[in-house]
Amino acid sequence: MGSVRRHAILNASAALVWEFIGRPGALHEWFPITATRVEGDKRWITLPTGIVFEEDILLVDHDLRRFQYAITNNPLITSHLGTYDVIELTPTTCIVVYSTNVEPEVFALAIGAAAGEGMRFLEKKYGIPKNEGTR
Amino acid sequence: MARRILFITTDQQRFDALGCNGGVVARTPVVDSFAKEGIRYNRALPSNVVCMPSRSSMITGQHVSTHGVWMNGVTLPVDAPSIAADLWRKGYRTSLIGKAHFEPFLDPFALFTENTIATQGVETVMHKNADGTEEPHRGFEHLEFATHNAMGPLHYAQWIRANFPEGADMLYPVINRKLQVNEMGGGDTGAPQVKHNPMPLEWYHTSWVADRAMNWLSSQNDEDDMFCWVSFPDPHHAWDPPMSELHRVNWRDLDLPAGYISDPAERERILSTKPAQWLAWYNGEFVSNFEAPAQWVPNTLTADQVREVNAMVHIENELIDEAIGRIVGLFKERGWWDDTDVIFTTDHGEFQGDFGLLFKGPYHVDSLMRLPLIWRPAPSRVGTTTPTVVNTPVSLVSLAATFAHIAGLPQPAYVEAARLPLNDAEAVELKHERVLTEWDSVLFGKIVSLRTITRGSWVCTATLPGSLHDGTDGELYNLDNDPLQHHNLWHNSEHRAMRDDLLADMWDHLPERKGVRRECDAPV
Repeated sequence: MGSVRRHAILNASAALVWEFIGRPGALHEWFPITATRVEGDKRWITLPTGIVFEEDILLVDHDLRRFQYAITNNPLITSHLGTYDVIELTPTTCIVVYSTNVEPEVFALAIGAAAGEGMRFLEKKYGIPKNEGTR
Repeated sequence: MARRILFITTDQQRFDALGCNGGVVARTPVVDSFAKEGIRYNRALPSNVVCMPSRSSMITGQHVSTHGVWMNGVTLPVDAPSIAADLWRKGYRTSLIGKAHFEPFLDPFALFTENTIATQGVETVMHKNADGTEEPHRGFEHLEFATHNAMGPLHYAQWIRANFPEGADMLYPVINRKLQVNEMGGGDTGAPQVKHNPMPLEWYHTSWVADRAMNWLSSQNDEDDMFCWVSFPDPHHAWDPPMSELHRVNWRDLDLPAGYISDPAERERILSTKPAQWLAWYNGEFVSNFEAPAQWVPNTLTADQVREVNAMVHIENELIDEAIGRIVGLFKERGWWDDTDVIFTTDHGEFQGDFGLLFKGPYHVDSLMRLPLIWRPAPSRVGTTTPTVVNTPVSLVSLAATFAHIAGLPQPAYVEAARLPLNDAEAVELKHERVLTEWDSVLFGKIVSLRTITRGSWVCTATLPGSLHDGTDGELYNLDNDPLQHHNLWHNSEHRAMRDDLLADMWDHLPERKGVRRECDAPV
């Protein structure tokens, strides 16, 4: 099992950030994919290379500000769990933590790369609190 | 009179691959001829023994800790220094044809520029600098990419699939269903990553790289300065040269390599004297990285498999030499040859049976670290060069400054090593006192880190704390007495002073890592 984690510390409230990324159908607005389609608890995302992933939406918790999903019905990916959390640091700052566990393990690195792009997008959108620096 | 730099690299090629370096199997008359007209470096070493970090050092002139590409899968930042960009700014026509690998291959989210350039079918892309000026990607105005297979978006793979779709399946499938390096055996002996490939030679990537380089070269003007990097993917595994060429070397006729230890008990005894990652990998108990098949256990390697892998490598090396001969022929036809500096090298080595191992990994010995490096200076620039052998250890980190020197540019401020010396006396003047090689691998919690200094005839490797090491073990070899590195002197009290002096020298000169460690975004 491959496991990766990416994070971003943002100059915005957890509520504001969750309002943006807590929508399962809006993933393409901040993640490096080209399209998102949601039907009930199913989601399909289209990658820039044309690959489509079918996903089960497992959890959208507006109190925890946690989203969990799993890639499913995929001939290559035999096991997957993706999670992101928006955690309040101060009333005006938060941290977004994205993690994924996947089999085959190699694919964790590719998902991590995409999540890293997503984190960079959020850092640009909301800014980074002073003293946090950049990566 | 134009200045031209022809930079030729192979991938994963040992020092002894060439006739001029003592190789006795593969015929390499073209590269050998460079040595007859230039400088042959007897101990050239990389900054790292895998592709992306080593290649990043070639173009930036920096050690791994500075450029930050600490393992395959870590992207060299687009705005990293590039000697090709310096040359382009000076007016050089610049190209890289073949294997670049400054960015990962596995890219389902289309994040990496090399893949994007190939997908879009453009020569390069322009990036904006802070001052508003624009430069081509890493300084190359023409890029055409290849790797060892026909998977993915790179130009060679596209070309095969478009023109010879049956060819894609003729090459060895380097990745298995789990996206891991494939352990599948083939050939006559079942050796991993070996395949009898029915592909015609004309379709093979070595031929393609030469063809595309010649195509670009043919479009250039006689009066233009030029930096052309021709980068062959071979002899890196998979070992699948076209079957039509297998007659060149019959594996059954080969002697086993000097570094192969035939007696398994003696092999295991020697491995047990080295730090723990050696024997643990040999026995299949600890796989620390993606550089070898995860499911393959080295202690299953047979002597015949070693012979067959070596035969395949020798054949691939001959094909490369012949491909280079075609390129040199074009230079001569155009009347450019006397105005051309040629540098030939590779990014890292390969075990090829040494110690009963194949592939590469966290093992800082000659198999992986001692590399072919030859510089044939342009006669019109420096006059006739007396054939010279430089015995002083030199680093591939010196290449960037060398290209600047050839072009008449001052040594760039960003480089961390002086240009290559023309002889041993100049090596002293230019302060080629030590070569530093780094290894860091992190495979889902399995961590191995090594730091190595090569100075004179000594090689000293420190292990850093990680999954197998507590930071107290290491390796120390005297290459004069122990060229095969079978006698680890790290714990030998007679050599304690030398070991401590080497370590102090290494820690004094290793650059500190700049910034936060960058993420690994792909296995390769």
